[in-house]
Amino acid sequence: MTTYFGDVAALARKDLRLELRARDTLPAMALFVLATLVVFHFALPGDASDDAAYGLLWVALVFTALLGLTRAWVPEGESGALDGLVLAPSDRSAIWLAKTLATLAFLFVAELVALPAFALFFAGLDAVALLGVALASIGICAVGSMVSAMAAAARGREVLLPLLFLPLVIPLVVGGVGSSISPEPGTYLGFLGLYDVVFAILSWAAFEYVVTE
Amino acid sequence: MSIAKPSLATIAFAAVALAAASVVMIFFVAPEDADQGLSQKIFYIHVPIALTAYAGFGLGAWKALRLLLTRSERYDLESYTGIHQGTIFGALTLITGSIWAKASWGVWWTWSSNQLVLFLVLFLFYCAYFMLRFSIEPGARRERISAVYALFGVALIPVSFFAIRLANDFIHPTVFTREGPQMTGEMFAAFCVSWAAVTLVGYVMYRAELAGKRTDANLRELREVLVS
Amino acid sequence: MGDAAVVRAGFLEKRYGTKTVLRDVTFALARGGTLVVTGPNGVGKTTLLRMLVGLAAPTRGSLDVAFERGRIGFLGHEPLVYRDLTALENLDLFGRLYRVAERRERIGMLLERFGLWDARGERVASLSRGMTQRLALCRTLLHDPDLLVLDEPHSALDADGAALLDGELVTLAGRRTLVVATHDPARLAPIQSAHLALERA
Repeated sequence: MTTYFGDVAALARKDLRLELRARDTLPAMALFVLATLVVFHFALPGDASDDAAYGLLWVALVFTALLGLTRAWVPEGESGALDGLVLAPSDRSAIWLAKTLATLAFLFVAELVALPAFALFFAGLDAVALLGVALASIGICAVGSMVSAMAAAARGREVLLPLLFLPLVIPLVVGGVGSSISPEPGTYLGFLGLYDVVFAILSWAAFEYVVTE
Repeated sequence: MSIAKPSLATIAFAAVALAAASVVMIFFVAPEDADQGLSQKIFYIHVPIALTAYAGFGLGAWKALRLLLTRSERYDLESYTGIHQGTIFGALTLITGSIWAKASWGVWWTWSSNQLVLFLVLFLFYCAYFMLRFSIEPGARRERISAVYALFGVALIPVSFFAIRLANDFIHPTVFTREGPQMTGEMFAAFCVSWAAVTLVGYVMYRAELAGKRTDANLRELREVLVS
Repeated sequence: MGDAAVVRAGFLEKRYGTKTVLRDVTFALARGGTLVVTGPNGVGKTTLLRMLVGLAAPTRGSLDVAFERGRIGFLGHEPLVYRDLTALENLDLFGRLYRVAERRERIGMLLERFGLWDARGERVASLSRGMTQRLALCRTLLHDPDLLVLDEPHSALDADGAALLDGELVTLAGRRTLVVATHDPARLAPIQSAHLALERA
């Protein structure tokens, strides 16, 4: 058991180290989300409600995550490192879990930029909305790592990834927006939790089949 | 006395017969709906088509699971065909649903029909299935990835349904509502016959496509052997 | 023969869709033996080796490998390392995943043996092809595997590296089980115990 989490930790550390060294994904995500929010200001009519703005926040977060996920498995693709991980006696699901945790860390950093900017440009976010963002981010990264790995095995992966990702995150957008604007956010938060559990377990269990023959 | 397994031709014949019977029942046996009039009849076709689509996706996922557990190649084609048929019937669901919306409320699309919105999301999801599948080289990798995606699909169906319900609860309060028809005995009978007919048609299409694809594959393999 | 076969293949076939890459491959390899696999380009040597280590599965036929994943070492066409990590970081990561005992010492020893000690802090991306291949070799040997599967190992190495590899192979032959695909079978003749010549499927 401890070796399993030791593997996950070693692999996640590797991803963080790679990003610190290359420093290409995180700045891109942060800049992208800022630029998107500015675009949204120009896209929204002057009398738009706060609720509409919350909706657009979620669009921004989803597409920022997509940016990060497109690059998620690139280091494993160069020089065939993924084969190296698959050959090791460690559990293949640990590979998925580590990648999910690392991507989540990057997404949280991007959100540290996005959320204050959103509060500044549009409307404030309370604790419940932030909890919604956190829960939805988990689901985004869990499912995102999985479909990103699938796309990595295919031609035209940059185009394919959004097609695979977007239908799957529609429920997360509903949960997230609901937790921001509904007077009864509990239901939406519970729903986000349910999504996270279902799809994390599914991704965790099925990852083995995606990276082996 | 042993009962022989019916051939595909027999089943196809039965499907056509049932379809004819259902037309009779829908138009001549089931009473016209007081509120919606003739347009309500679309329900007898729309709902069975939707149910058959679900059956296709479910079958595709079941075969996908079998593939992952047994590594037996034949399940790949069966899973693919199930999902393909499901997607076709899904598209038909959207079309018949749109026609029904136009007939009932005068709009070609409405977000207030949870079932319709669900099918839109699923349609997007399963179209991506084909894009994924045909971007990967044929082989074990493609089979397994397609299978895992098919399993994600059936998990998405209930989760999406709840999401859409939640969305309509608050984010988009419903504009149009449609009371579920209080089905009389004749209506229920007509529905059942129609459902049986559509399901059988779906099954026949599934078997026909599967046989066609298998023949295709065998032919291509034969060609490979002859060329080398 | 006395030794039981630790790698046994019976009528192995590998198909990708309608393309058959391997057909009717049968052989048995005893423990401590060295199997040399030869054949023209594209005949399926790489596919066969990937099947031996578990990266690919046969579509038909039987394949029994009496070693579990952690006891197999694979040197493929690609070095299977992270380009933006240093040599040391790569070996440390794989050493952890393979549960190598006394990891630091073993890594140091291998880096020294293959002349990579001075370059240990350099990113793989900045290493030459020959050095990268040496690093890949270190990764393969890191956990002292019982079965070594090497796919044309000499091809990316410079003359010195190739000599080091030959020395290593001589040490391992007989004590470990080896499968080596090569275009230069003469080089392996001294240690060869079995030969498999693949033909087009």
